[in-house]
Amino acid sequence: MAQGEIVAGCLAPHPPHLVYAENPEQNEPVAEGGWEQLRWGYERLRESLSEIEYDAIVILSPHWQTYIGTHFLGLENFQSLSVDPIFPNLFRYHYDMNVDVELAQQIHDKAQDAGLAVKMMTNPDFRVDYGTITTGHMFRPQWDKPLVVISSNRSRAYYSVEVMQEMMMELGRVTREAILESGKKVVVLASNSLSHRHFTTESEIPEDMSKEHITSHAMHLWDMRIIDYMKSGQCQRIIDEMPEFTEQAIAETDGGAFTWLLSTLEVPNYPAILHGYGTIIGTGNAIVEWPVYKHKEA
Amino acid sequence: MSNGEIVESFVVPVHPHTVLAPEQNEGWNRLRQAYDEAAKIITDSGADLLIIYSTTWPSIIGHQLISDPNPEWVMVDHDFHELGSINYSFNIDAEFAELWNAENKARGLQSRCVNYQGFPIDVGSVVALTLLNPDNKIPAVIVSSNVYADRSETTVLAKACRDIVKKTGRKAVAITAMSLSNRMFTEHIDPKDDKIHSLKDDEWNRKILEFLGEGRLEDVGQLSRTIQQQIRVQKVVNFKPMWWLSAMNENRNNLTGNVLAYEAVHGAGCAVVNLNPTESGFGDKEYDEDNVEVFSGERGVLDSATKTQEPAQTTNGPALWEPTKAEGSVNTDSAPKPVGAYPHARRVGDLLYLSGVGPRQPGTNEIPGGPIHDQQGNPLNYDIKAQTQAVVDNISRILEEAGSSIDKVLDVTSFLVDMDRDFQGYNEVWAETLGKVGPTRTTLAIRALPTPIAVEMKVIASI
Repeated sequence: MAQGEIVAGCLAPHPPHLVYAENPEQNEPVAEGGWEQLRWGYERLRESLSEIEYDAIVILSPHWQTYIGTHFLGLENFQSLSVDPIFPNLFRYHYDMNVDVELAQQIHDKAQDAGLAVKMMTNPDFRVDYGTITTGHMFRPQWDKPLVVISSNRSRAYYSVEVMQEMMMELGRVTREAILESGKKVVVLASNSLSHRHFTTESEIPEDMSKEHITSHAMHLWDMRIIDYMKSGQCQRIIDEMPEFTEQAIAETDGGAFTWLLSTLEVPNYPAILHGYGTIIGTGNAIVEWPVYKHKEA
Repeated sequence: MSNGEIVESFVVPVHPHTVLAPEQNEGWNRLRQAYDEAAKIITDSGADLLIIYSTTWPSIIGHQLISDPNPEWVMVDHDFHELGSINYSFNIDAEFAELWNAENKARGLQSRCVNYQGFPIDVGSVVALTLLNPDNKIPAVIVSSNVYADRSETTVLAKACRDIVKKTGRKAVAITAMSLSNRMFTEHIDPKDDKIHSLKDDEWNRKILEFLGEGRLEDVGQLSRTIQQQIRVQKVVNFKPMWWLSAMNENRNNLTGNVLAYEAVHGAGCAVVNLNPTESGFGDKEYDEDNVEVFSGERGVLDSATKTQEPAQTTNGPALWEPTKAEGSVNTDSAPKPVGAYPHARRVGDLLYLSGVGPRQPGTNEIPGGPIHDQQGNPLNYDIKAQTQAVVDNISRILEEAGSSIDKVLDVTSFLVDMDRDFQGYNEVWAETLGKVGPTRTTLAIRALPTPIAVEMKVIASI
């Protein structure tokens, strides 16, 4: 069997506002549009990867929050209605997604061997979190690739960013190992915002863009700093500064997805492609691609 | 106005074990039996409404209220999915939810009714309603827990609810679905090995239950921030269900409490507690926080918020100024406006020099803990700890606006208008906040400050 590979890694945030404003047929509410900068960013990401062949998508979403280890979807198909518990006015999405259970089990087993607490989720009534659904839709609305869906272990809440990083670096390492051993070509997605301080009020028309901006200048500065590191191939600095970033920008990196992503990519030292940046109800969101396929060793 | 009232209150646990697997652990089974006992108390009370404040339904955009008259779905817990599924079909009092929602808005809160097919009712609400109201005889209403809300917002939420209970003449039961200590084991355990995660968590839980058993609900509410720091995983801002439940009971400290069970569920502290409004004779309140009636909101997108801000601007001292904007100035809407021509802070090199910071609140100009005198100069009782904490919070906001943070404070000069009365309380808050950062400090007694406040700090920090 040929060795598997990660063909690309992406930071792919999940604000339901993007799906709402895009008006896909699976979503019940309809918007006048909005957040175009980010929706265009996703368009550029999809275009960038349109010629790349891959077998599966591996995604870690901060909205499947588990406090007892890391969990993996363990059934081949999930279909239901996803209603966002926070923005139910924006996101009521009928989903039908396939899971690469074999690859999920391989990552699970390797993580278990590495000493991480893990569990396969095999309850057929389980509703997939809206973060996974949103990122899955915005990244590939055809839903024609099987996914591996990994929960967000909330070790940041229990211990510290440093402990979270240790665990997510290890999870990323074993994820990579499992992918290479699987013989499959895979895209890995971290579904999280950067700075993550929300407004707690909403304008009468949620997509009223005259009300949309970052919650504070300090958040903006942090987001730009992290984006600069991504664009200039300095991901080790992101790892190094993750504790300060996570705490001071109240960043959604607390869910571990971003650290996990960088670990699966072996903390890249080549430039990432920034496809878009914008704010959503005050939070900072970047759509970023690490085009691994362009950086294979000769 | 009709004579509606809160006839019973309960604290109940949120985990699905009591519904799906009580037989797997003796403690889980005792919690289940306590749940059943609570259901009987509710039936005997003649209650006609259950009001659930659920900590497992976090919201960001204000508070949300279920208004679907008959929400139905299948609930699977994110962590404990292997225990099975819970089918639910609840009887919701949509009319009450709509009235409460409107009252919330009238009091300045962002609030929304939720009536969408398939909306995922949270695990805490599902467990509570399944066990407390098994035949769906009593209609219910469920409200979310806003992750950012602090005491004032949570208190106003409860007061709005009480208003509607009274107006509609309901006999209501107030329920908080919550854990005490919420630290679970981070690995899978055999059910027979379950216990409270740590001795420290257990001791704090027992102290909370001692208070609740004596009916001292408001005391627990006033300890909420401390409890959050000591035994809570930092998922949200503060241990807020006790604020809500206390405000639902008019912030009383003399209820009749009864702890029906206290057990561990995967390490977390879980209790079923009954609080009856009958006076027990216990518990005079030792101190009070602000008795806030409206919330001022943020971002100016709520009409009600704008309206409620206006009168407060002029109540606490001299006229307010827009901060000046000389080179290097740092100003923020998140700090109170100056009372003269100066900025909130000024940056020189890598150092930040802050103007004197008091406890007044941005937007409302209110003084947490109360002003030290009224507009005629008559002395008032006030809370130096609340004022000091508000000063520290304002300092933190200014520093964050400048790209710094509270842990970069280097030097503080503090001014107290009554050293004998206030030094101890001020010093205690200092020890819990800036004292942990470690700046140098000088504390001076002065005759007065420009606004009716008791404490002000002058700060130098690094970037």
